[in-house]
Amino acid sequence: MSSVLYDVPGPKAIARNRILAIVTIVLVAAVLAFVIWRLSLTGQFNASKWNVFTYTTVWTQIGLMLLNTLKAFALAAVLSLALGFVLAIGRLSDHRWVRIPVTVVTEIFRAIPVLVFMMLLYYGLPALGVSMSPYWAVVLALMAYNGSVLAEALRAGVESLPRGQKEAGYAVGLRKSGVMIKILLPQAIRAMLPVIIAQLVVTMKDTALGFLITYHELLYYAKLLSSQQGRPILQAALVIGGIYVVMCLLLSLLAKWVEGRTHRSPKIAGHVEPRDPAADDESTLTEVLATQAGAGKFDRGHHGG
Amino acid sequence: MDAITGNLDLWAEGIGNTLLVFFFGGLLALVLGIVIGAMRVSPVPIARAVGTLYVNLIRNTPLTLVFFFFVFGYSALALPNLSNTVLGILAIGTYTATYVAETLRAGINTVPVGQAEAARAIGLPFGQVMTKVVLPQAFRSVVPPMMSVLIALLKNTTVAAGFSIAVLPALQSTISNSHTRTGTPMEVLLWSALVFVALVMLLTWLQRVLENRWRIAR
Repeated sequence: MSSVLYDVPGPKAIARNRILAIVTIVLVAAVLAFVIWRLSLTGQFNASKWNVFTYTTVWTQIGLMLLNTLKAFALAAVLSLALGFVLAIGRLSDHRWVRIPVTVVTEIFRAIPVLVFMMLLYYGLPALGVSMSPYWAVVLALMAYNGSVLAEALRAGVESLPRGQKEAGYAVGLRKSGVMIKILLPQAIRAMLPVIIAQLVVTMKDTALGFLITYHELLYYAKLLSSQQGRPILQAALVIGGIYVVMCLLLSLLAKWVEGRTHRSPKIAGHVEPRDPAADDESTLTEVLATQAGAGKFDRGHHGG
Repeated sequence: MDAITGNLDLWAEGIGNTLLVFFFGGLLALVLGIVIGAMRVSPVPIARAVGTLYVNLIRNTPLTLVFFFFVFGYSALALPNLSNTVLGILAIGTYTATYVAETLRAGINTVPVGQAEAARAIGLPFGQVMTKVVLPQAFRSVVPPMMSVLIALLKNTTVAAGFSIAVLPALQSTISNSHTRTGTPMEVLLWSALVFVALVMLLTWLQRVLENRWRIAR
């Protein structure tokens, strides 16, 4: 296998790679051994530390908290998708009085850290006489941030479409809304589906910020558990962390699977190809042709890896 | 305005700490990210596997949880005491390193294989293939996304406020918990949001300047 970085290894390189592999194994094993040594030294594997997880009530509570996390995630995901569409269409508008305010709002939503937004809604608004539950603070903050990011993705998707798509739409007599809804958006959504799902993974991860504004979700419960008998702080973090990692990995895998499907689809191959060799350097035509010919052979494998 | 003028010391401390976490977190993320990124593209399958595991594991963990592990978990290990700020820097560095690694890997993948093959064909040794052919090209396509990673890092420093590290948003609780400080939570948070918008705009501007300077001429 040849790549940009290395050629097919010869006997010397094979020997060197073997040494590097051994060094890697030794280093990783050393780090793991150190951590496990510290863990066992401080008695983290003692049964008393894991005792809390033998109670059914604890697991029912974890289930309830998981439900709270998912509740916030689901509503935030739906709302941010909706907001994303509104903002994207607003930014693509032909009217300046729509486009400019929407652009400003999108940029501000994107620039404010999600946590600051959550705190604004939760701690800030009561000063103005509006009290907001942590749930809504989490959902609305996630909606604002992820909505504006999704809007940018959708806009990029629409703008990456060939001009002919829009022109053909007008030519067959569609109105502006028809061109947008029937022609541009479906293609943009399809092209941007991996990005959209990846952003949903971010939304899922960011629900954990709710912990910091006392929203009763998984991480909040981990903190609560760690004050139980035996102070199982690492154990609680490990169990709860495992749940998060599994949920996010599933979504990430979905994103990867969708990406693989869209890449294979002949319909939209081409226009949002992120790695067009011709676009990357001021190379001569022969180089471009050569890399295009080579792209099929080598680049595909790297995509998956 | 009282929220600012009455608490100048706190604002200086908050902004200072935010920049401190940003700077050292970014440094750690870059160093660790380069190592992990190199592992991800190395010819050694084991190193690739370790890099992939690290990236997939940390990327799918919420940053808040990473902080949780470092700030609360570290003390359980009975290791030498470290301040929360240091632990926070370690947490954010570990987390951001995955994004740095992925950006580097994507950047290297944008260089056409033919470039390196041609360089090897004219007899350049590995070091020169890297420094003269591959890395200069990869660098150009890495700079803009790397700035985006840094912008995300800057915004992520706010999470440290939840772990008793005195970064900007932590001002809100400090001010509302004291009787002598002026300013409502709303004012304080709006001002810190404004600081972040300004800093993000500054970084975005820098990103655009660098992008224009190193843009690939077509």
